[in-house]
Amino acid sequence: MNNADPIVRPGASAAHESAHLHVAGEATYVDDIPELAGTLHAALGLSAKPHARIRSIDFAAVTAMPGVVAVLTAADIPGSNDCGPIIHDDPILADGEVHYVGQPMFAVVATSVDVARRAARRAVVDYEVLPAELDPRAARAAESFVLPPMRRVCGEPAQKLAAAPHRLQGQWSVGGQEQFYLEGQVSYCAPREDGCLQLWCSTQHPTEMQHVVAHCLNKASNQVVVEMRRMGGGFGGKESQSALFACVASLAASKLKRPVKLRLDRDDDMMITGKRHDFYYDYDVGFDDEGRILAVRVEMIARAGFSADLSGPVATRALCHFDNAYFLSDADISALCARTNTQSNTAFRGFGGPQGAIAIEYILDSIARRLGLDALDVRKANFYGKSDRNLTPYGQTVADNVIHELVADLEQSSDYRARREEILRWNADSPIIKKGLALTPVKFGISFNVVHFNQAGALVHIYTDGSMLVNHGGAEMGQGLNTKVAQVVAMTLGVPLSRVRATAADTSKVANTSATAASTGADLNGKAAEDAALQIRARLAALAAARFGGTAEAVRFADEQVSGEGWQIAFDELVKLAYEARVQLWSDGFYATPGLHWNRETLTGSPFFYFAYGAAVSEVAVDTLTGEWKLLRADLLHDAGNSINPAIDIGQVEGAYIQGMGWLTTEELVWNDVGRLTTHAPSTYKIPAVADCPAVFNTRLFHNPNHVDTIMRSKAVGEPPLLLPFSVFFAIRDAIAAVAEGNVAPPLLAPATGEAILNAVEAVRAARAQP
Amino acid sequence: MIQFSLNGQSVKTDLPADTPLLWAIRDGFELTGTKYGCGMGLCGACTVHLDGNAVRSCSTPLSAVAGKQVSTIEAAGEARVGAAVQAAWQKLDVVQCGYCQSGQIMSAIALLSSNPRPDDGEIDAAMGGNVCRCATYVRIRAAIHEAARSLA
Repeated sequence: MNNADPIVRPGASAAHESAHLHVAGEATYVDDIPELAGTLHAALGLSAKPHARIRSIDFAAVTAMPGVVAVLTAADIPGSNDCGPIIHDDPILADGEVHYVGQPMFAVVATSVDVARRAARRAVVDYEVLPAELDPRAARAAESFVLPPMRRVCGEPAQKLAAAPHRLQGQWSVGGQEQFYLEGQVSYCAPREDGCLQLWCSTQHPTEMQHVVAHCLNKASNQVVVEMRRMGGGFGGKESQSALFACVASLAASKLKRPVKLRLDRDDDMMITGKRHDFYYDYDVGFDDEGRILAVRVEMIARAGFSADLSGPVATRALCHFDNAYFLSDADISALCARTNTQSNTAFRGFGGPQGAIAIEYILDSIARRLGLDALDVRKANFYGKSDRNLTPYGQTVADNVIHELVADLEQSSDYRARREEILRWNADSPIIKKGLALTPVKFGISFNVVHFNQAGALVHIYTDGSMLVNHGGAEMGQGLNTKVAQVVAMTLGVPLSRVRATAADTSKVANTSATAASTGADLNGKAAEDAALQIRARLAALAAARFGGTAEAVRFADEQVSGEGWQIAFDELVKLAYEARVQLWSDGFYATPGLHWNRETLTGSPFFYFAYGAAVSEVAVDTLTGEWKLLRADLLHDAGNSINPAIDIGQVEGAYIQGMGWLTTEELVWNDVGRLTTHAPSTYKIPAVADCPAVFNTRLFHNPNHVDTIMRSKAVGEPPLLLPFSVFFAIRDAIAAVAEGNVAPPLLAPATGEAILNAVEAVRAARAQP
Repeated sequence: MIQFSLNGQSVKTDLPADTPLLWAIRDGFELTGTKYGCGMGLCGACTVHLDGNAVRSCSTPLSAVAGKQVSTIEAAGEARVGAAVQAAWQKLDVVQCGYCQSGQIMSAIALLSSNPRPDDGEIDAAMGGNVCRCATYVRIRAAIHEAARSLA
């Protein structure tokens, strides 16, 4: 071992385990795996209609093309033509009817990607066009849903609304978001002996890929091995929706007995796969003179698309995050999954939580403008209490509330009050360019809302040379999960991180894994790996105590040494002794999050193990003649508990902030009047670039060891900071309000594109002009 | 038959002249560090150097590289600037998922090779065509400054 390699303590910023590979171009993604001899390539034929019956498809011109090996349709699927994660309403290949523009109808398998793609476009499809629904609000009016509506009522909202001294009612909407993982969807399948399949798939959920492939091919799970070393980004888009591509590659490989790869073109990826749900809100809120909410009613309509996919749990999470950091004593919260003839919307970092929470922020911001108060003061007046006012609308007590001290810290460090005064003065002298400022908080519940998903397994091996290997159920997608899990193993056994190698997620190593999602990757898999490492440590301690004296409990593992009362031995030496003594040097580990319960019928329970908190202050300048704007400064403060790896966690916070800012500002999904997504490439869909980052960008972690027993007392950090850029949106709204000296609440829709900003500016000017 | 220099080696290919350089590099020469992102020259994941300038290999036809010098991420560490950029990237923990980073690093090397001390505005201008969905941009800026300092 390298003696210069320091022991990594809890809270130390170890480098990402693949950093040296990433910077050299040597990190292997699925499409980089050396191709096996005889590999074929698949391409998909996509529907051109939003809703139609397929009368016939003429493949003559497809099969006539040199290099085409096969055309596969639903009729070729021996098992179930379904890749839906929960409700089984997601066909792999359309069977007789198409439900959106872009839906895969058939696959062409050929000797090259180029041939497969060109051939797929030669099919002649005879459609019988059917009526299509493209508008979620119209679908709601027609009561066309993919799942039954959800509604949670607490207290007496109707009576309290009627009695409230102030009342606001309105409509609002927030757009969807394309995941835009830089590595598109890709699956590569190789047939193995006895009907088995080896699948390399860029997925957040190897186990589900194993299941859907087995189901569609009438195989047992033990015939399908899914391996996933790393993704080039997932962001939720590869939680369930990697399935269709896994199934098609596997179907082709199984049928043709050849290795088959399906790597999507960017446009096809954006046309086929679902995105973050766009949401449409109707709200009614009653409040007092301080802006404290007395009662609120909200109906949230999510564009589910043509099928359920993960819309049910997304809507549940929206419902459970409408409160964000605020006590709502009397609330009537509905979440509806509208069926539309568009892509089936799916997971995206935050998973409905952001769409739920931003609605209450919009309401609070509007209340502040109605009352002429600073929005921060209205927010504070509504914060959850520590010992009272701490019951969520869904019945879980908020037991770990730090939002008061966290926001107070940020308010001071960001100089919020002085900058507010400065901006008021600045705006008074600036007729065209207006500045805006906002501070928004985050409270985000951690755990899967489905209780049984909250489990994980791991394997830890110590080899006789003292090197270690850890394998776990989580999928590495850039979040540093493998690094954190390896840190846990190294810390538990008192050795340098360089001894521990984390390996690809593999369904033949750790079985029955959950998706790496809901921010739970390190919480679940870290605990499972710790459990495995602790079992090996206990065996080593027992052996050492028996050999050298003392009790096993008194044996210490630190700095590559193992020691007891009056003795010390190098870790490597003890490993050799253990092997010779026939002590098992590897172990499995398991973890199940304790104390969770959730009633899907009543929408009540304690679905979350704990909450993560954060807050952000953003300052913007808006050109009120062009709608252009610039983020001037951002101050972020985020609760990652006792961070296992601050470098990774701060990177997650910064990245989520910028990604969420894209969702709320420049990223706009547009479907035309015949249901075709017109923003299906980076030419028309604008994600943030380097110049969109502010010149002043201060990010800190809030020191707050978790009150519950999580791995090293850390907190999940993947999704919660995606809510921090709410502050960007409300700073833009604040700047627009300055057009009328802050007295009109701008009807700014999200995303706040230049067009949306100008519309809001015009509305504010018009409102001011009225007597 | 098109001949060019790839990472200092003279290579030949009989792929059609309109084949994007990206696919010649990845499929023909099996150098997979250069990534496909969008195929339209709009994301920067496929960035390589053509006679020292950063270009998008997904939209550069093979015909445009005949007789020229192409270098990819695999050779980045062999030169002083490239090694400094890779070291800075690791020191500042830039990378998250890593998929765009070959392109980011190739763009950063091209920038520092022509402008040894870029300011933030110059970094933004040079790196504006390389998107990173993990949004590692703050550290990319910092790492370019760090590499510039180490090379000074």
